[in-house]
Amino acid sequence: MNKPLPNSLRTGPDERGHFGIFGGRYVAETLMPLILEVERAYQDARRDPAFDAEFHRLLTHYVGRPSPLWFAERLTAHLGGAQVWFKRDELNHTGAHKINNCIGQILLARRMGKTRIIAETGAGQHGVATATVCALFGLPCTIYMGATDVARQSPNVFRMKLLGAEVKPVTSGSATLKDAMNEALRDWVANVADTYYLIGTVAGPHPYPAMVRDFQSVIGTEARAQLDAAVGRLPDVCVAAIGGGSNAIGLFHPFLDDASVRLVGVEAAGHGLDSGQHAASLSRGRPGVLHGNRTYLLQDEHGQILEAHSISAGLDYPGVGPEHSWLHELGRVEYVAVTDAEALEAFRLCTRTEGIIPALEPAHALAQVTKMAPAMDKDAIILMNLCGRGDKDIFTVAEALGVKL
Amino acid sequence: MSRIAARFAALRREGRAGLIPFVEACDPDRATTEALLAGLPGAGADLIEIGMPFTDPMADGPTVQRAGQRGLKGGATLGVTLDIVRGFRRNDDATPIVLMGYYNPILSYGVEPFCDDASAAGVDGLIVVDLPPEEAEELAVPAGRTRLDLIRLVAPTTHAERLKAVLQGASGFVYYVSITGITGTRTATEEHLREAIPRVRAATDLPVAVGFGVRTPEHAAAVARHADAAVVASALIDTMAANLDEAGRLKPGTIDTVLDQVRALAAGVRGARVGRAA
Ligand SMILES: Cc1ncc(COP(=O)(O)O)c(C=O)c1O
Repeated sequence: MNKPLPNSLRTGPDERGHFGIFGGRYVAETLMPLILEVERAYQDARRDPAFDAEFHRLLTHYVGRPSPLWFAERLTAHLGGAQVWFKRDELNHTGAHKINNCIGQILLARRMGKTRIIAETGAGQHGVATATVCALFGLPCTIYMGATDVARQSPNVFRMKLLGAEVKPVTSGSATLKDAMNEALRDWVANVADTYYLIGTVAGPHPYPAMVRDFQSVIGTEARAQLDAAVGRLPDVCVAAIGGGSNAIGLFHPFLDDASVRLVGVEAAGHGLDSGQHAASLSRGRPGVLHGNRTYLLQDEHGQILEAHSISAGLDYPGVGPEHSWLHELGRVEYVAVTDAEALEAFRLCTRTEGIIPALEPAHALAQVTKMAPAMDKDAIILMNLCGRGDKDIFTVAEALGVKL
Repeated sequence: MSRIAARFAALRREGRAGLIPFVEACDPDRATTEALLAGLPGAGADLIEIGMPFTDPMADGPTVQRAGQRGLKGGATLGVTLDIVRGFRRNDDATPIVLMGYYNPILSYGVEPFCDDASAAGVDGLIVVDLPPEEAEELAVPAGRTRLDLIRLVAPTTHAERLKAVLQGASGFVYYVSITGITGTRTATEEHLREAIPRVRAATDLPVAVGFGVRTPEHAAAVARHADAAVVASALIDTMAANLDEAGRLKPGTIDTVLDQVRALAAGVRGARVGRAA
């Protein structure tokens, strides 16, 4: 670690939404009053035991939490080193961790009296989760999705439509997740009175990075208790994939103050970190301002945002949540990167050894696990967030493997 | 006195409001921007706004988004934009120039060097759309040091309490975003302006400019009846966009068409004749 750490890393952000120099609220004045209102409403909800009770009731009976903690024994034997444990958020309703956050935010939207929901989506997982909670709460929703992603994640587009959502393909800019987020922000500016923007990751202006983290922290809180019940101790390493960073911070946050626990975030290296085609904003980007917060970004020398690339649509974002930028500079979390090819290899390994078809996002985390585990002691424990299932990715994988479906 | 203060003082003496046309840098190329700028004061521009293209302009509608993309393709960088201003200043030392854009390119350039270079090039003010007062200090300090006005934005959603905080330490003029929406979409009604502008005036002595949705000489006249200046962007950009050839170059004669449009807008503003009298 580079610098002495503060007493606790779990108290951030400050009241203006800053994690060190990162985060904040960089939005147009039209949105500022609304964002302050979201923050007030969220602070108020946090202090309300009824809000928490309703959140947990829905997580238990609708989402299916707690998700199991699974000792991946055959995979562990195959790797021949540390024990690999999966936090199985792919078993949640809708097939990924995204729903945890959607439940929290839909409750907030209802509390604020908002009658229309908008969201951005990349892989479509957050879009499906948002469409799902909107169906559950009887609210109309519009999902912005880059036209490129609409094409490569067609099953999820159809699911969203079945659930009653309007899916708007975004053709501006590079037509991927970042442009979907721009378009959602533009919609919000034009519909401030009745609309709630349900952001899908720990990005956006304050309070979103903190709020989404709080809702996703159920992952790490459960896993910690489950591992304690199973083996009576903390993990040695936690590993999670980083798109915007919500599943990763959800796993890491409850462990931030446990110095013995190594935390490893896995970015998408796409065709390779030096190929110019990747989504590794922490490994290869530099700090800037986009989508309402200051954070590490992929950008050119003039501060223009670059297109990201990853085989995984959910990791294909040129930014990262501001708390990760802060943890990166503090050195508390290590950020590494895994290529498309490595993720595909891990995808197949998981499928064959554990009978679990993972999403391509956690396949990145698994690829990192396969690099680390063999060199570790057999009694060491790696806790990995298996944050999504791979049904949505079978077409992408088939194409990558040269198989015609 | 700054160029901005001097210009608004002159407008007050004339008893009229001003016109602020907006030009996106290097849309579709540098020569076009230079020619347009050179012609604008003669066509009736009282101040000029130059857009600094950004890949992710979250407050802009399709018209300005596409202008930004053309600008980036046409070679716009902050350095080039400042160079264009420097060129303009060789022949015009009076018309205020305000740069409008997003924060990331400025951060990338370096906030301090950017203010130094912009000020030296002859820029008078900055509008940074995604930099609300809460985050503005980092830019406000060097802007103040280099005598650049950091123009504050006020929106219909800015309620009374917040208005005071937003205008605290504001300089140059106040930019009233007249609609809740992105550029080039809706137009505010005169009724809205009649109600909203006095609310802004009550909180500041600075001149108030109105932008977003001002497209025609009639709109501009309506703005001029209530505010101190009208900003016109999308309507001018639409004219440019409608006159591009297959290769994306501006068709001959288009600059004159745009300048004629500016003349008509200026006539609208001048005809309104109800700026705040001195
Ligand atoms: C299964 C899965 N994992 C990870 C991500 C990346 O997002 P985050 O980094 O916020 O967890 C996504 C995004 O769509 C996803 O669907």
